[in-house]
Amino acid sequence: MKKSEENEEARPLSLQEIGERNETAANEVWQLRLYIAGQTPRSLAAFANLKQICEEHLAGRYNIEIVDLVKHPQLAAGDQILAIPTLVRKLPQPLRKIVGDLRDTERALVGLQIRSGAIGNEVSK
Amino acid sequence: MTKPAREMDKGNRGLPKAPAGIQGLDEITGGGFPRGRPTLICGSAGAGKTLLAMEFLVRGATEYNEPGVFMAFEETAPELTQNVRSLGFDLDDLAKEKKLVIDFVRIERSEIDETGDYDLEGLFIRLGAAIDAIGAERVVLDTIENLFAGLQNQGILRAELRRLFRWLKDRGVTAVITAERGDGALTRHGLEEYVSDCVILLDHRVTDQISTRRLRIVKYRGTAHGTNEYPFLIDEDGFSVLPVTSLGLQHQVSEERISSGVSRLDTMLSGEGFYRGTTILVSGTAGTGKTSLAASFVDAACRRGERCLYFSFEESPGQLIRNMRSIGLNLEHWSTKKLLLFHSSRATFYGLEMHLAIIYKLVEEFQPKVVVLDPVGSLIQAGNRRDAHTMMIRLIDFLKQRGVTAFLTNLTSGGEALERTDVDISSIVDTWLFMRDIELDGERNRALYVLKSRGMAHSNQLREFLLTPQGVDLLDVYVGPEGMLTGSSRLSQEAREKGDALARRQNAERKVRDRMRKQEALEARIAALRKEFEVEEAEAETMSGEAVSREQLIADNREIMFRSRQADLLRIGSLQKDRREPNEEVRRKRGG
Repeated sequence: MKKSEENEEARPLSLQEIGERNETAANEVWQLRLYIAGQTPRSLAAFANLKQICEEHLAGRYNIEIVDLVKHPQLAAGDQILAIPTLVRKLPQPLRKIVGDLRDTERALVGLQIRSGAIGNEVSK
Repeated sequence: MTKPAREMDKGNRGLPKAPAGIQGLDEITGGGFPRGRPTLICGSAGAGKTLLAMEFLVRGATEYNEPGVFMAFEETAPELTQNVRSLGFDLDDLAKEKKLVIDFVRIERSEIDETGDYDLEGLFIRLGAAIDAIGAERVVLDTIENLFAGLQNQGILRAELRRLFRWLKDRGVTAVITAERGDGALTRHGLEEYVSDCVILLDHRVTDQISTRRLRIVKYRGTAHGTNEYPFLIDEDGFSVLPVTSLGLQHQVSEERISSGVSRLDTMLSGEGFYRGTTILVSGTAGTGKTSLAASFVDAACRRGERCLYFSFEESPGQLIRNMRSIGLNLEHWSTKKLLLFHSSRATFYGLEMHLAIIYKLVEEFQPKVVVLDPVGSLIQAGNRRDAHTMMIRLIDFLKQRGVTAFLTNLTSGGEALERTDVDISSIVDTWLFMRDIELDGERNRALYVLKSRGMAHSNQLREFLLTPQGVDLLDVYVGPEGMLTGSSRLSQEAREKGDALARRQNAERKVRDRMRKQEALEARIAALRKEFEVEEAEAETMSGEAVSREQLIADNREIMFRSRQADLLRIGSLQKDRREPNEEVRRKRGG
């Protein structure tokens, strides 16, 4: 992980910044990577949910890469994957991770920062 | 899955064990951690959990040819490598040799969102890949509890942890899981619930500003284990646990006698010195020469080529060497020859357990024949009297078990009962030498006596103890009207005795001369008498000669007479016989 990303991460984003991000994001191609482990029902559900979200909100400017860790176990370390399924937003920066089958679309949108409503990264103790 | 097979071949007796390779720990666990099962190590921050786990892996890789995977949730691989380098572990080398894999798992709470169901298959796959990469038989998860901080869904997490430990067992790897100690529970997140085979608790306590690390086996299924708290050390050689509480009274005894280094002290101990492997206590008031006696003993042992370990709680090695040089003992010589090892530390520097641990460790390493503790009383400062007493008993038992002769000194402060020790060990020592000052005629002089010495007829005498530039010496006892004479009184007594002895000698010589003169006179008289006798004897011989000639003359005359008368010839024959007889009689008399 690059240092700059972490620093950026640590700083809470203002609403304006999020707006700017979303504007730049609007022109950018979203690079998404979904980690799964075999063709489990949960993996399939996650992929279906992801596909639906992307079609609705990022039509035409997204790119989904599926990594099956059963086939490529060595790839788990790169993105620090523990939970399956995990969706990683590689682009736009910063890197985001969403763990789970993306059943809750609202939370998924917030997590991907497609929707700026409630900031998704508040830490609940 | 070839591991379960391997698991079985070592399990011919009881539970199969994976030796940790950590000094002392394998002893109290009866051979190591349960092979093929997870072991939980819990303890508060800084208790040494990570280090214990890491040493388990490193020892496994280097000594038992069992490669290991270290899954780190707290520290990165470079950090870990750096941390353990000071203990002499080179993780980079081990990684290159494919004996060790360090996998750092980073969980950043702030970049993770959760929506819906998930499992930890990613972790399983990573761990599985790492295990397969080097054929690992040992796995460390340090500290898996960090998952609880990174992931929200506790229900999923707990279910997955249960699955993880089951999975580790199925893989047949010996796993060590570390966990932070929680309030009132062994671990903060109740991991002990999942790991039920072996739980080890590390503790780091500070009492009276002195900290001691302790280890306890909380449970170990299927194994009779030591239940005490054992002190442990973390030093440049890594982790060492000291099972010093598990000692008995079954030590071997030796008939061998060793010199105390002071020949006249040996004489007091029925002529041969101490028994090897016993405990000798020298107690006395300040400045009575306890350390000097200890140094003499050490010097004698080194002369015999035996290794000595000298624990000094009050003086530095340099100071000891300098001071002992003044009584003619060159300890530096033995020190450079590696026969003598000094270990100086203030008693208050560590806790009692730690002192014991250090002594234990050094004895293990150096394998000495003689151990000196100078002075033991100061150890009270590192704890209380009762603890110091328990520690001394454990220490003495430990040394006896190894056949090491222990030489302890103890300072008796003024105003206290003299024949006792601060640490109450007088009953457990075998030989007790007591040193005291004797004040007489405005002088203080040192005296030594043997208070007890088990198994030998020792002297009952109080001896004056002298520190000379040639070493320690014990002097004869002079008892005067006021008691034992020491110092100047002894010297004057000695002078007096010397004078008396001279007079006695002169007297004796005179008597010898008198007797010789008398003998000479006697012999002269004997010679004179003999002379006289010889004269008489010569005279007697002459006289008897004359008598014979006269007889002959008479006989001849008679024969002539017979012939002239022409008498019987027969008588002539008998006469001839008679004529010879007197001569024979004379000869016989002389011979007689």
